[in-house]
Amino acid sequence: MAARNPQGGRPGASNSRFAQFKLVLLGESAVGKSSLVLRFVKDQFDDYRESTIGAAFLTQTIALDESTTVKFEIWDTAGQERYKSLAPMYYRNANCAVVVYDITQASSLDKAKAWVKELQRQANENIIIALAGNKLDLVTDSPDKRAIPTADAEQYAKDSGLLFFETSAKTSENVKELFTAIAKKLPLDQAGPRSMRASATRPGVDLRPEAHSTQGAGGCNC
Amino acid sequence: MEEVAPEYDVVVLGTGLTECVLSGVFSVKGKKVLHIDRNDHYGAEAASVNLESLFKKHGNYTKGEEPWKKYGRANDWNIDLVPKLLMSNGELTNILVSTDVTRYLEFKQIAGSYVQQGSGPKATVAKVPDGPAEALRSPLMGIFEKRRAKKFLEFVGSYKAEDPATHGGLSLDRCTMKEVYDKYGLEANTRDFIGHSMALYSTDDYINTPGVAKEAITRIRLYVNSMARYGKSPYIYPLYGLGELPQGFARLSAIYGGTYMLNTDVDEILWENGKAVGIKATMKERIEDGEGMKFETKCKTILADPSYFPGKVRVTGHLLKAVCILNHPVASTDNSDSCQLIIPQSQVGRKHDIYIAVVSSAHNVCPKGYYIAIVSTIAEGTSNHHLELQPGFDRLGRIEEKFMGQPIPLYEPLESGQNDNVYISKSYDATSHFETTTDDIRGVYRRAAGEELVVEGLRDGQNLVTDE
Repeated sequence: MAARNPQGGRPGASNSRFAQFKLVLLGESAVGKSSLVLRFVKDQFDDYRESTIGAAFLTQTIALDESTTVKFEIWDTAGQERYKSLAPMYYRNANCAVVVYDITQASSLDKAKAWVKELQRQANENIIIALAGNKLDLVTDSPDKRAIPTADAEQYAKDSGLLFFETSAKTSENVKELFTAIAKKLPLDQAGPRSMRASATRPGVDLRPEAHSTQGAGGCNC
Repeated sequence: MEEVAPEYDVVVLGTGLTECVLSGVFSVKGKKVLHIDRNDHYGAEAASVNLESLFKKHGNYTKGEEPWKKYGRANDWNIDLVPKLLMSNGELTNILVSTDVTRYLEFKQIAGSYVQQGSGPKATVAKVPDGPAEALRSPLMGIFEKRRAKKFLEFVGSYKAEDPATHGGLSLDRCTMKEVYDKYGLEANTRDFIGHSMALYSTDDYINTPGVAKEAITRIRLYVNSMARYGKSPYIYPLYGLGELPQGFARLSAIYGGTYMLNTDVDEILWENGKAVGIKATMKERIEDGEGMKFETKCKTILADPSYFPGKVRVTGHLLKAVCILNHPVASTDNSDSCQLIIPQSQVGRKHDIYIAVVSSAHNVCPKGYYIAIVSTIAEGTSNHHLELQPGFDRLGRIEEKFMGQPIPLYEPLESGQNDNVYISKSYDATSHFETTTDDIRGVYRRAAGEELVVEGLRDGQNLVTDE
């Protein structure tokens, strides 16, 4: 997996574009980072999901149009953010990030803002960041539960150049829209989390026993 | 901040590679793991650091100046603290694949493997043969010797431990490597490059030790098979430096529920009847005011690197190491962007080999045009350590910057850990690869878990959400 070459176009299908990007999730504990991803990737939701275990590496593709497919390689924090112990590896070569807060928890937007700052410090300069106010379902029936007005978050997102959605992992509202908006904003022609890595003088090696050779150009195991 | 749980199965101290692999394995196997490091970064002694940190660590510049600035962005540098490479077919590769940690890393080949013959101005540097066919072309040997070496390497290639017919009429479990070399009539120089640049022994102790023949042959086979895997050298290396390895295994551990706390000092180990039963610790970021977050937690087992238990380890030797920044490839290495160059001890009148490991911007460890060469050996004297590394420096040509600290003590635990529940790893030794590190990982696991570590199949049948 790790040695796959970035693919600007699938071999033999010259009219179609296939691009792969690394997406990282950030946000306070219990705002629904993993739930958002599980809804997006598996179209599932579990009310009583324990804090992050197992959603740590998922992929999902979005067809933007007939000829353009975007594949997200999604990294969850695996809980390492809990005590401020995320490794630099997490941010490395991330093309896009979803920073999640809980619209019923006033403090979670401040945390989200801090994560945006951290991204600007650690990640690629041109990373695309989306702000997601999750748990929209909780305020549909009882609007008084809302702690963060849509307009406030929207203004902050606008000022900081972030995409912005209020989402519900539970009802799936705006989840697909969120990821599609990110996909549309990504620079498809210079695609791939791997493309920003080493010079192309010598391709990487695939360690898996089943892939027992150096990867030549065009070797896509996606 | 969230409260730390009152009890864990395993508390791991230090985020070096050994500790992170063990943390990952224990988490995958369902143990509840708390993993702590006093530093603000992952990797401990196996971290990779940027150029600014390296200058500041060694203090070799005038106060007020910022010499790292002339080498591009400090963060484009990832300089390994441990001078090692991975064998393509080695055990660490096996562990990486078996645990799927390869998902988080990307590897590249090291472009060449070289050995020095002779010393001083007459020294020659040549490629290490990758098997019988190349032995015939090697400038390391004369024409008749090439044929003998070819025969020897063919014997090694066909060797199967379980088939005595392939043992060349020798009882390899009992005989010395000298007897094997004698049988093939190999010259001293040939023995030297085979033993030191293929079997990767760093001293000559192996030659006359009865029963080592089998191990030596297995090591040469590992070299040849690693070489055959990708072609240019038996070594591979992770992009962004070796510091990525502990991070990858820490992530594995976290995915399986392991809890991570950097910036955390262990204030006290809690004991009961001579056994460790918990820790008191404080998590506090350096820039943070106040006392930080103090906590106490119980545990059944403590795993730690030697630095957390200075009273429970002994020094087995000292590693000498100099990091050199170059702006050119190393001479006689075919302009390789990376290589391993071994100077066998006998060639330069020493008892321990000198290793040179070179990586470059091809591995995303420095800006374009630069090369990082780490020269290392085991200290044989108590002073003038710089001179001990000199034959290595002689190979490098012009050196832009040189960072050489005090000799680095190598530790090993005094006890197995079974009496006090504290299982301590060894320091990263002077060998050029991670095979001894994985031996140590297996050893600590065996002592602490009471069973052999089987990594094969670790990723299968795990209760994880995954789409592949």
